[in-house]
Amino acid sequence: MTLHELTIAEAGERLRAGEVSSSDLLEAALDRASLTEAQLHAYLTIDREGARETARRADADLADGIDHGPLHGVPVALKDNMCTRGVETTASSQILAGYIPPYDATVTRKLKEAGAVIVGKTNLDEFAMGSSTENSAYGTSYNPWDIGRVPGGSSGGSAAAVAIGSAFAALGSDTGGSIRQPASLTGVVGLKPTYGTVSRYGLIAFASSLDQIGPLSRSVQDAAFMLEAIWGHDPLDATSYAGEYPQPSAALDDGVSGMKVGVVKELAGEGYEPAVETAVSAMVDKLSDAGAAVVEVSLPTFDIALSAYYLIAPAEASANLARFDGVRYGHRGEGATTETLMARTRAEGFGPEVTRRVLLGTYALSAGYYDAFYGQAQKVRSAIQEDFSRAYESVDVLVSPTSPTVAFEAGARMDDPLAMYLSDICTIPSNLAGHPAISIPIGLDEQNLPIGFQVMAPALGETVMFQVAAAVETLAGFAERPVLEELAS
Amino acid sequence: MTWESVIGIEVHVELSTRSKMFCGCAVEFGAEPNTNTCPVCLGLPGALPVPNRKAIEWIMAIGLALNCEVSERSVFHRKNYFYADLPKGYQISQFDIPVCHDGYLDVTVDGETRRIGIERAHMEEDTGKSTHIGDGGRIHAAESTLLDFNRSGVPLVEVVSRPDIRSAAEARAYAQDLRAVVAELGASDARLEEGSIRFDANVSIRPEGAEGLGTKVEVKNMNSFRSLEKAVDYEIERQITVVEAGGELTQETRHWDEEAGVTHSMRVKEGSSDYRYFTEPDLAPMVMSASWVDEVRVGLPELPAERKARYSDEGLESDLAGVLSASPVEVRDIFDVAVAEGADHRRVANWLVGDVTAWLRRTETDPTKLPLGGKQLAELVEIVDEGVVSSSAAKMVLEGVLQGEGSPREVAKARDLVQISDVSAIEEIVAGVLADNPEAVKSYAAGEQKVVGFLVGQVMRASQGKADPKLVNELLRQKLSS
Ligand SMILES: [Zn+2]
Repeated sequence: MTLHELTIAEAGERLRAGEVSSSDLLEAALDRASLTEAQLHAYLTIDREGARETARRADADLADGIDHGPLHGVPVALKDNMCTRGVETTASSQILAGYIPPYDATVTRKLKEAGAVIVGKTNLDEFAMGSSTENSAYGTSYNPWDIGRVPGGSSGGSAAAVAIGSAFAALGSDTGGSIRQPASLTGVVGLKPTYGTVSRYGLIAFASSLDQIGPLSRSVQDAAFMLEAIWGHDPLDATSYAGEYPQPSAALDDGVSGMKVGVVKELAGEGYEPAVETAVSAMVDKLSDAGAAVVEVSLPTFDIALSAYYLIAPAEASANLARFDGVRYGHRGEGATTETLMARTRAEGFGPEVTRRVLLGTYALSAGYYDAFYGQAQKVRSAIQEDFSRAYESVDVLVSPTSPTVAFEAGARMDDPLAMYLSDICTIPSNLAGHPAISIPIGLDEQNLPIGFQVMAPALGETVMFQVAAAVETLAGFAERPVLEELAS
Repeated sequence: MTWESVIGIEVHVELSTRSKMFCGCAVEFGAEPNTNTCPVCLGLPGALPVPNRKAIEWIMAIGLALNCEVSERSVFHRKNYFYADLPKGYQISQFDIPVCHDGYLDVTVDGETRRIGIERAHMEEDTGKSTHIGDGGRIHAAESTLLDFNRSGVPLVEVVSRPDIRSAAEARAYAQDLRAVVAELGASDARLEEGSIRFDANVSIRPEGAEGLGTKVEVKNMNSFRSLEKAVDYEIERQITVVEAGGELTQETRHWDEEAGVTHSMRVKEGSSDYRYFTEPDLAPMVMSASWVDEVRVGLPELPAERKARYSDEGLESDLAGVLSASPVEVRDIFDVAVAEGADHRRVANWLVGDVTAWLRRTETDPTKLPLGGKQLAELVEIVDEGVVSSSAAKMVLEGVLQGEGSPREVAKARDLVQISDVSAIEEIVAGVLADNPEAVKSYAAGEQKVVGFLVGQVMRASQGKADPKLVNELLRQKLSS
């Protein structure tokens, strides 16, 4: 197996055995990027020099007996909506072209402290609004399994990089499925942790009450390594969880025997590709064979989750994106008055999907419409949380497909926002509830496109969730890696 | 028709916390522009607010001092609007669940005390400051605008009264008393000239006895209590004139022009004032537990109203109690000590609000450097009572004490102000004066009582003002009648 295909665990073993250096791992990832970026466009910025220096330091530290833990010397990528001091951060928006943050996001700092080597910043849908990475102002990313298709989104760049090996793992952000859906479409593991467990300080906000940072990785164990490096209470984030944290990596080998697994009735049927449904039910059967008690569970509010999400998220976004006015940083439009300067800045700086959502959100919060839209959506959100609570009275975890479909063709949904929004139908409920959920690749369809399996758990239920996810990974035995046709020869 | 004015006051109080409301930047007046800033108060991408616990304690203290209820749970909201000095494009404020609600402040004007309801006190953050350059600093013709974000994120408490105020004088009294409360707490510098406390007035009129409310006009830009009173007065008159001439009032914001003494309509903002409030998702709801509220309540100092009541109970007339209560703490401390020494409450209070306060003003001395102790003042009262010095000489004794010449007894002696109370010494002077003024003696014998005054004056002059005037009077009458 070549270096760029290793998991973090495998790379760590070789690193500590002295077989490879962090610099070797980094060069493997950088070589991989050089080979694939022209086709995939996973990265917006690759910080070759910064990364090389960090890798050298990681090697020197290790030689001195200083070991920062599982991520020590491991090349990872960051979605470009997380601030990196001194390295351009744009959230894939024209409005932040050239913006260089003066500070590190908490996750950036934590990754550095964990000894990770930050390779670069990955592409995303502008301000994380989208499900295909086609809404980037800097060009679309493509799926390594089929470069005519999207990698999902909005963390599509992170997903493509991890899948193809130009990073060993990456961070994404998940507001309605933006980590899990691209993970599913690219055949990697994608995790959205419990809301509040990973600091949002330095994450360019899309919808504050839903946004959560999490890892994309090539194994469940790697996801746990990443999670344990980045989470924890942060005094700089007032919504950060201050209590006791679970210890998921301790439970990875515990299996599912005696576990109660609920299959969500509403996340199946019309709109779901047969190959996806077949793969998911096969996995459910395997879990049952492995000793889990499987039951079907109904969560009727899931049917209206998407509508509630598309009011709450744009409403919060409309305020979160108000700071991009051209006055203090980023792109500035020409204007003789403050009003025209701001209006032109925003008209020129925001792409069509962002503009659509800001308008939608502004409308949903307007006097006279607030109760009917935003107020109502918040009620639905509470109802979804109650539905989840009821379900968790009888099951330990809930499972479903991660995405109703495999990766779709680039451009296929760009003129049909509603079809695009439906990409997140399975992932949105966990965001609305603030619960953790993880996508694990379980197989390929007949077109050789990956299928993801979602495991959901109650708030702070990461331990049980990882326990099931690790079992799913083992039962699936998914070991395929994408091969770029042009490179195969 | 007689008109009744209906006035409500909104007060913005900048808290004197060390750091800002949602970040660690220093709160400092007059610092170099944009030196007290960070990603949070500049609204940089990704930055998040973290509430300042001390600020929340201050607003609780202000609320409690204004007899408000403190909510058990209170929520921050985003108030959305675009402005160059508003870095996030929204202000973190409060909407339907403020920290404090339903209080009151009793104010007295011309001896009449009225209770002014307080609707709410809520927490918010200040904006940055715009300075328009060119064309007299007006925004529309300005060539450029400078932005200073040092003030951005400074904690502000907004106190909103009910429309219970009925006159400009009452508006002023309310504002002054509220300022006194805030200053007493130490919650704010409460300096009008620095803008650390700002007052806006909502003014409307209605026919006397009517129930509903008239068209409300918001008046801004008053930077002294006097201008607040003048602006409100002007606005009431303006509204009456408009209505009586058959005109209609517009709901608007008007700007007080101090120089011209009039209010101007401010340009109506483009677009509506729909702030699209919604819950601030970056901040969890605040929970003010009963024990926390009690902790703050216990820590409250004696407030002006309480103190005034105590002084009244101790026997001071309402006016004197009010003036003393509003005096600097150093002056009030002297009162408490002097009274504990056994000196008469009223006499001590009169000295303090009279000569002592006048001296502070005349010499521009900071009250913290007042060179007078409670024991000294008690001694001054005592030597007047004992007849050691006359009331008029006592003023000079005080002057000497304030100039550091020693204790009142020492000063009286050193300045040769001790009264002559020796009967034989005064008798001698009286005899001399009578001998020198035979005409006056004759007039007295003829029934002209008022010459006594003249003769007393002559005796006092002859004694260089040191003779005890009571004794002089007595002895003169004896001699004249004999
Ligand atoms: Zn700051």
